[in-house]
Amino acid sequence: MAAVVTQDIVKKFGEVPAVNGISLTVPDGEFMVLLGPSGCGKTTYLRIICGLEQQTSGDLLIGGNVVNDLPPRARGVAMMFQSYGLYPHFTVRNNIAFPLKTQHVPHDKIEKQVQWASQLLGINHLLDRRPRQLSGGERQRVALARALVREPTALLLDEPLSNLDAKLRTMARQEIKNFQQRVGLTTIYVTHDQVEAMGMGDRIAVIDHGNVRQVGTPTEIYNDPADLFVATFVGSPPMNIVSHNGGGYLGFRPENFLPKSMVEDGAATEFKFRVDRSEYLGAERIVYGVMEGFESKQLITAKLPPAHVDESAIRPGEWHPFAVKNSALRYFDKDGNRTSRH
Amino acid sequence: MVAIADSVPKAHSRFHFILDRRDVLGSLMVAPAILYVLLLVGVPFLMAVYYSMSAYTIYNPSWSFVGLSNFVDVVENPAFRQTLYNTFIFTFGSQILGLVLGKFGALLLLRPFPGRKFVRAIIILPWAVPIALATVAWQWMFDSLYSVINWTLIALGFITRANAPNWLGNPDLAMLSIIVVNAWRFFPFAIVIFLAGITAVPQDVIDAATVDGAGFWRKNYQIIVPMILPIVAIGLVFGIVFTFTDLSIVFLMTNGGPVGATSVLGFAGFQTGITSGDVSHGAAISLFMLPVLLVVVIFMLRFIRRREI
Repeated sequence: MAAVVTQDIVKKFGEVPAVNGISLTVPDGEFMVLLGPSGCGKTTYLRIICGLEQQTSGDLLIGGNVVNDLPPRARGVAMMFQSYGLYPHFTVRNNIAFPLKTQHVPHDKIEKQVQWASQLLGINHLLDRRPRQLSGGERQRVALARALVREPTALLLDEPLSNLDAKLRTMARQEIKNFQQRVGLTTIYVTHDQVEAMGMGDRIAVIDHGNVRQVGTPTEIYNDPADLFVATFVGSPPMNIVSHNGGGYLGFRPENFLPKSMVEDGAATEFKFRVDRSEYLGAERIVYGVMEGFESKQLITAKLPPAHVDESAIRPGEWHPFAVKNSALRYFDKDGNRTSRH
Repeated sequence: MVAIADSVPKAHSRFHFILDRRDVLGSLMVAPAILYVLLLVGVPFLMAVYYSMSAYTIYNPSWSFVGLSNFVDVVENPAFRQTLYNTFIFTFGSQILGLVLGKFGALLLLRPFPGRKFVRAIIILPWAVPIALATVAWQWMFDSLYSVINWTLIALGFITRANAPNWLGNPDLAMLSIIVVNAWRFFPFAIVIFLAGITAVPQDVIDAATVDGAGFWRKNYQIIVPMILPIVAIGLVFGIVFTFTDLSIVFLMTNGGPVGATSVLGFAGFQTGITSGDVSHGAAISLFMLPVLLVVVIFMLRFIRRREI
């Protein structure tokens, strides 16, 4: 196991930069999530780390050694692909054994390692089946076993849950996380799903247009977004952003935007809010509307706990007094970067 | 009030919607194909079976039944056994050569390079050119006096005018020549088959093999080739069926010569049955293709089903 460090990695396809200078340090044993919209360069970055793509410039260090020019097999990292990339004509046993066979590991050692990896993931009983005879969840575990069987220095996961249905995904999320903690393997996990990122990552790197926008724990990313992109990419519904002070922006999370009567005492800022529409979603109520005196590209949203809502305080078509605690207000300058004050 | 078009269904004749019925429309659509197969394949085939057990010649059109005696005559003829042997050599020789060329061609054409589209287009030509034209060209290349191949070899100093090979005059070289021409015709098809197969292998699988440490040969022969085997098998079935029954290259290039060295079943059946007019023996010769083709097709279809992914 080893730390993975990249220094100013750039990858251009022709003139188009896919990765635009990413410097990131993933310490030994950390679960790092790369979060970003599709086409932001996160998968390309992952493919550079495992050696499937060669960076245009920049250095890649695994375990302290520069591995820029090493072929994939010499880097000792394992990768799990979005559609798993299982070999359809091999049995599960041969799928898992393949990375060892290519390294000419002796037969009895291969057998022992295959047993170890399949036990770890609870797929011993599937060893003689072929991938097409497995369910989505089982395939995913086989892919993970194949990635782990040669005890890699780091594990790279490229959207590994996107082929599972919603229920299975929640379970698999937990499984991967537990497993990673047990083995203590340096893991880099690529996803566009903020729920996966928030739920699994020790730290999250938010990526957009080939740049890292912010690196931090899930709490830091959510509570203290470094810029407007992070603020609006993470959170559902996203942070409300309104123009403020001619050029700057003001942001606040929908769950902090409440009818004035519901805001506890303490320093708070009051806004006039005209409710257009409200959605009851069981555990919460989402209210959409516009704020007097502030410009916004989207409708402003408020997320209320439905049990405590006085219906008259959010009646559609009317102006209501709403408020946000001052500690929950975030300020951004005209370039979208976070500033401390107005 | 707004007038809304009358939506109550009108009474129609019972046959008004007849084409909406799947069974009727389906039968209608399939009928031409079935008629074609029955009339132009089924009927001639049954006629051939009957001819082969009759004493029919064009000089004496007799339908009298003679049992299997025609087959016995044919098998006892050493020239026929030579023909049968030639047919196998010709078929499998040209298929193997074609597949090897096809695999390499496909690998070369997969990589992007300037002018790839152009090369892809012209590489199909051997397959598209009418066989008669192509064979005439090859005939000149193999000509005993004017062979451009020999001319090149002499110019390069590999051989001398005195010991220049007589491509179509030497029995072994003649067989090699028709194999080369047939493989030349077949390999663009093999390239297309391989390209289609390789392109259909998911990129994730190939990437996984790379990260798992597989080199070029292992990736090709343990991952890609096994995965495209079903589609290659289909191509091979076509190749074998067409080559095994082919007579055009032999007919145009060597006329079965020298001394029957390149005679194949299709050619021999044509020679005996049509040129010589011995229809019954010609039919018997041609029917020897049937068991071989049947075995090949059954074997391949079972193989494909087993390998289905």
